[in-house]
Amino acid sequence: MVAPAQESPPRPLGLLAELTHRCPLGCPYCSNPLDLDARADELDTATWARVMREAAALGVLQVHLSGGEPGARRDLEHIVAAAREAGLYTNLITAGVGISTARLAALAAAGLDHVQVSIQDSEAASADCIAGYDGAFARKRALAGDVVRLKLPLTVNAVIHRANIERVGAMIDLALALGAGRVEIAHAQYYGWALKNRAALMPAREQVGRAIAVVEAMRETHRGAIVIDSVVPDYYARYPKPCVGGWGRRSLNVTPSGVVLPCHAAATIPGLDFWNVREYALADIWTSSPAFNAFRGTDWMVEPCASCARRSVDFGGCRCQALALTGDARAADPVCHLSPHHAGLAELARSDADAAYVYRRI
Amino acid sequence: MQEPSAPDIAPDARPRLPRGVRLVHNAAQGGWVLLAPERIFRPDAVALAILQRCTGAATFAAIVDDLAVEFTAPRQRIGADVATLLRSLADKKLLEL
Ligand code: SF4
Ligand code: SF4
Repeated sequence: MVAPAQESPPRPLGLLAELTHRCPLGCPYCSNPLDLDARADELDTATWARVMREAAALGVLQVHLSGGEPGARRDLEHIVAAAREAGLYTNLITAGVGISTARLAALAAAGLDHVQVSIQDSEAASADCIAGYDGAFARKRALAGDVVRLKLPLTVNAVIHRANIERVGAMIDLALALGAGRVEIAHAQYYGWALKNRAALMPAREQVGRAIAVVEAMRETHRGAIVIDSVVPDYYARYPKPCVGGWGRRSLNVTPSGVVLPCHAAATIPGLDFWNVREYALADIWTSSPAFNAFRGTDWMVEPCASCARRSVDFGGCRCQALALTGDARAADPVCHLSPHHAGLAELARSDADAAYVYRRI
Repeated sequence: MQEPSAPDIAPDARPRLPRGVRLVHNAAQGGWVLLAPERIFRPDAVALAILQRCTGAATFAAIVDDLAVEFTAPRQRIGADVATLLRSLADKKLLEL
């Protein structure tokens, strides 16, 4: 048999750099894994600088400095500077707690391009309860003010779930009042800690419908004032999203300890062989690591995806979700109405009862 | 037939990219890209010619004059095209007018 010539993979555009898993907050919707990396296992400054150079050479245009809370790393300024020197667009994704005014100025001087601050709610008491941290809301507001004063572009990110979904409009207005040019309305995705807390987080179907209508209306009324990006919640969609733009097509994710993943939840899939930047160059990992090639393209698919016209559009959706909800990482994402597991998913979305939060802790 | 109306932009406006929006050349990706918060745009030849002039130095009127010469096209049509692009970029927070 003659194997088809192996196409060289497309070049990635984005790198998610999880600089640390340490974080002062404890959001129950956190998508970090339950098994968090310890500080002692974190990559050092020089290794991150090399990762930035290798990423840029590979074609990456933007790096998202994330975590955990990236501000927990003392060398964040050096990592930002290394990324800018390599030619990357640098985006800081922060919880907004623990980055002082002076620190932010140093980050701006190092070449930071954009700051994304998360908010948990539009009301302080509820926001602090969700974050599991008293006073977080006030500190986030202060940081947002510093970002705007430094004339850095600000995005506000709000993860939406049962406790705050009725205030989605108020959160958009808060983002506008804080001076954000952009707001992300992200319905919780159920990985990591969020999956553990799904029963406490999942909103009712009617609430989701109302929230989507509010966001769509505000997109019109706020045109030109603030850009509203929203992700429709998975569990209520007909077709899945192309998770991370397709496995091993657009982006890669480096964990605090240097493991390179096709998406942030990929380590939940058993049996995949992930490579580490301590041992391999990023370009080799991208093109040749078994984990990146496991679900690249469409050859790995089973029915109903294998013969589906949308297979190169959504790539069968999310592998991690397929695994979590069907037990098989190659199955169609059950978000898809063509999946035999789709009906069960709607049931799940409906039947989850109230429960207390399990806060994310290292 | 009716002309589609172009958005109004003051002739003396000096369009510029705000902080956090950068036009860069990337060899590995094969050309010019406009980088912005969570966004990447690949401008076509015309959009690139416009963006390269949005430095905060040239006025809208001067940019239109310049492009009318470069593309040997009627000034009015170029003016409408440039205004449409600049307004849509400004709505997306990718440009300051
Ligand atoms: S989601 Fe919350 S707990 Fe998780 S990293 Fe972000 S701020 Fe920290
Ligand atoms: S069957 Fe598979 S490829 Fe087709 S739409 Fe559903 S998830 Fe996408």
